[in-house]
Amino acid sequence: MATLRAIRKRIRSIRNIAQVTRAMQTVSASKMRRAQLAALATRPYAERSWEVLGHVASRLTPRQMREQPLVRERPVRAVEVVLVTANRGLCGGYNHNVISEAMDFIAAQKVPVRLVTVGRKGRDYALRHGLNLVADFELGDRPTADDVRPIARLLMDDLEGGLVGQVWLVYTEFVSTLVQRPKVQLLLPIQSAAVERQVPSGVRVPFLLEPAPEAILEPMLQRFTELQVFRAILEALASEHSARMVAMRNATDNALRLIDEMTLSYNKARQEAITKELIDIIGGAAALERVQTPGTLRRAAP
Amino acid sequence: MQVEVVTIERLVYSGEADMVLAPGAEGQLGILPHHAPLVARLSPGELVIRREGAEEAFAIGGGFIEVLGNRVVVLADTAEPAAEIDVRRAEAARERALELLRQRQSRIEAIKAEAALRRSLVRLRVARRRAPRSARHPEDGIGDD
Repeated sequence: MATLRAIRKRIRSIRNIAQVTRAMQTVSASKMRRAQLAALATRPYAERSWEVLGHVASRLTPRQMREQPLVRERPVRAVEVVLVTANRGLCGGYNHNVISEAMDFIAAQKVPVRLVTVGRKGRDYALRHGLNLVADFELGDRPTADDVRPIARLLMDDLEGGLVGQVWLVYTEFVSTLVQRPKVQLLLPIQSAAVERQVPSGVRVPFLLEPAPEAILEPMLQRFTELQVFRAILEALASEHSARMVAMRNATDNALRLIDEMTLSYNKARQEAITKELIDIIGGAAALERVQTPGTLRRAAP
Repeated sequence: MQVEVVTIERLVYSGEADMVLAPGAEGQLGILPHHAPLVARLSPGELVIRREGAEEAFAIGGGFIEVLGNRVVVLADTAEPAAEIDVRRAEAARERALELLRQRQSRIEAIKAEAALRRSLVRLRVARRRAPRSARHPEDGIGDD
């Protein structure tokens, strides 16, 4: 049986752990809200740019549309995979889930894969497993559009430069605080069908276009790609924090349960110790009495 | 007319306006209510929204503008309200960007530095033009850091 002092020490250290995990839980909760709000704030731009994109595309023939550098289908001799992970662990299965999703996807490819990682965990995995890592980005806790632009630039350059025929994003979709799902999504080439769906049917407004439609469409599609990457990263961030929040809440609960159990066995041990001491004292007293009894008898004799 | 200024990061401005001045890629655009439908590219520069004599200015880093019906949508790459621009910080940012460009290590850093330089130049231009006004209303420039 563990000694009283050993149990007390363990209880104390578990209580410290619970304090740390509870603090991490609170921090993650607020970071998650921030990331969620940031992801939501991209919505107005997304909606407006789809509208404008549709209006501009309505001035082009489907053929012209399909010849846009970011839209054109190319022979797929290689693909690029962007893997978005966290920089840190302690977030349950978050990193593992998205990495294994990416590995399954990569394993299913019949052409060479160029891997781009965003986040330290993905990079470390790629290096450990000797994957073809071509670029690695590490973002802070509050990524801005400016941080993400170089990532999108690199992907577009690799596509337009003919290095790859497709670019895929692998990140964690934020479904709810409790549910985050790894997701594989085609980023480039942009599907012309998706753009064509935005073209308003019915009356075509005779837009003045400055400069020509193609010259507007190309940078617009670039911004659009940046937006996709930015949104994926913000969603991954919200997922990371909520995964960490849940993991830390479980850790706190476990710690509290352990404390309860150990407090119980501590009390039992204490009770046993007291009982034993009492037995000793009573036993001692009884023994004394036995020693003293003949004397009393003697004194009582005369 | 209704005006919206959005960036990838957020909705920057939404409200009524009597006139919009935007830095079109092919020349300054002045948009009054009931302007013909238009989609145009914007260069980095100053976007001004006028309403009942009052003016709001933004330093934008390029983008697009769409006019349709009585609605103006500005899709800006970056947009900062003039009142929020800190001249000293913009100056420091310009220096930093220039320095980075001089060293230009990698492709990615060069892109970042170039974009940073362009932004800080626009910021400075907008801030300088607005300077006398914010001097008259010192509260404009305080407390937004």
